[in-house]
Amino acid sequence: MTVLAQEPIITQTHADVTRDVVATLEKPSRGYVLMLFGAIGLFLVGAITFLILVKDGLGHAGYNPPVFWSVYITTFVFWVGIGHAGTLISAILFLFRSPWRTAVYRSTEAMTVFAVMTAGLFPIIHIGRQWVFYWLLPYPNQRYLWPNFKSPLLWDVFAISTYLTVSTTFLVYGLIPDVAAVRDKVSGWRKSIYTWTSVGWQGTNNQWRHYARAYLYLAALATPLVLSVHSVVSWDFASSIVPGWHGTIFAPYFVAGAIYSGIGMVLTLIIPLRKVLKIEHMITDYHFDNLGKLTLFTGSILFYAYMMEYFIAWYSGNTFEQTTFFRRAFGPYWWAGWTMIICNAFVSQLLWFRKIRTNLTALFVISIFINIGMWFERYVIIVSSLSNDYIPWAWDVMNPTWADWGILAGSFGWFGMWFLLFAKNFPIVAIQEIKEMIPMPRKRGGHH
Amino acid sequence: MARVKKATPGVLASFEQIDAATDAIQALRAQGHKNLVVYSSHANHELEEALDTPVSPVRLFTLIGGLTGCTAGFAVAIWMNLDWPVLVGGKPAAAVPAFVVIGFELTVLIGALTSVAGVALLSILMGRRGIVYDERFSDDRIGVFAPASADTTGSLEQLFRTAGAVEVRHAMA
Repeated sequence: MTVLAQEPIITQTHADVTRDVVATLEKPSRGYVLMLFGAIGLFLVGAITFLILVKDGLGHAGYNPPVFWSVYITTFVFWVGIGHAGTLISAILFLFRSPWRTAVYRSTEAMTVFAVMTAGLFPIIHIGRQWVFYWLLPYPNQRYLWPNFKSPLLWDVFAISTYLTVSTTFLVYGLIPDVAAVRDKVSGWRKSIYTWTSVGWQGTNNQWRHYARAYLYLAALATPLVLSVHSVVSWDFASSIVPGWHGTIFAPYFVAGAIYSGIGMVLTLIIPLRKVLKIEHMITDYHFDNLGKLTLFTGSILFYAYMMEYFIAWYSGNTFEQTTFFRRAFGPYWWAGWTMIICNAFVSQLLWFRKIRTNLTALFVISIFINIGMWFERYVIIVSSLSNDYIPWAWDVMNPTWADWGILAGSFGWFGMWFLLFAKNFPIVAIQEIKEMIPMPRKRGGHH
Repeated sequence: MARVKKATPGVLASFEQIDAATDAIQALRAQGHKNLVVYSSHANHELEEALDTPVSPVRLFTLIGGLTGCTAGFAVAIWMNLDWPVLVGGKPAAAVPAFVVIGFELTVLIGALTSVAGVALLSILMGRRGIVYDERFSDDRIGVFAPASADTTGSLEQLFRTAGAVEVRHAMA
């Protein structure tokens, strides 16, 4: 507590914190409404595209032999990855007792849940016949249609489902004391809703005793989970023999990339959000500086992973591997390959400078580069590798179509819509954890 | 202010200062008062120390849930593969290493869900009811409630005021 009290980050009293966070749930500002309508508009683009795909089939998407995993699987991996920063900040940094996480972890947790929820749509969009998606699940049926438990694709079903469930549980669980604080400040029908959603929370010593202990265990369970989820996603690729996929480096490479992309999305979301919700005094330079350092760290791991991929392709002496990586840099997908390297490996190195880490305009621009770079990383890995697979005469270039871009845009709209609705209806800053960091008044003066 | 159907009789004191609340709790415990209810807007280790709170049994829920999930994950995968062998990759039907991910994911899933179920059971469903509450306890006040009969409320009020309570209320049955 002494260390936290020395941090000059929060100058509010306990009552100020409740008041300021409850104020974010009041009448929305013009900026918020514009952002929400923008998100809904994008979502409608995706929804209409999806309906056309259901009606006509996947022919509209850019699937073309030999590339049968393209933009939808790219976007699936992208959104799963986005979620990882949320769990890192909410669970892993909780276990490390990192004080700066408190002001931002709720928004990152919400981002995790909505990102994984978005990701979960993509395997269903990708399979084409959505009405039989349940064949993916192991359930007793007359045809003994058991899925293959030895396949990473089924592991992925378990990993993503578990990740979505546990992340949602973590988010909702953390919200309960804060919703109770809102309940005690509002009136009318809103009070009824928050009374119902605070499930009888009163903050008694008995409730805190069980709550705090279970929160610790949830964090302890979520920590290996988040590391496992993107490892399992990476094994969807690494356990195959496609050149460019078959690498032992894939699990840590994917996990670092996921966290990197997630922090990029955190920055993209909270830089405008703190302004429209008027919480600039709660999410400060201190938090952005730390988020910037985390971005630099994970971006540097990615830089190393990119170099190692090329080095191992050369050092292995494997012609197929060498050809794949040569084509990534100088073949038909050179533009995607260089976008990935510049946006991820090089742009992140700007964050060595504190001035950039605390300049919100610069950080916002960098975060957009990260989002673009990380989407292209998955595009390069998936599409460029498949486009020159086993039989040279089958090699072909896949070009995304309007149906690919429509669904991609829709996914951003879907994600943004849920995130913004959440931010306006539930405390986006964790009231009770911020209060934990503020020393309580003492009759004998001083701090504990 | 108070949301009580059938109130437990006692005295509820409201504090603005943490050391005033801990002084009151320690004085109450020294006098042999039990079943104290302390309200706070956030988890506070000073209050926990003053109450000498034992570790929550919720860890048992986590352990049992985790072990159940792990067992269920391996059991489902092995049973289904023995029932209808999907023989791929040169692996036997019951290829235990290939099922580690399933076992792990279900360990986490069931462990997390039972932990939360444990909290719901221990603190909400089995929690004490009918104790007076003040909405300022979720804001910046600390509440201490001591169950008491009508003849001891006066001395309790005196104790709370001496410790530094800013407000004292009597709850009648």
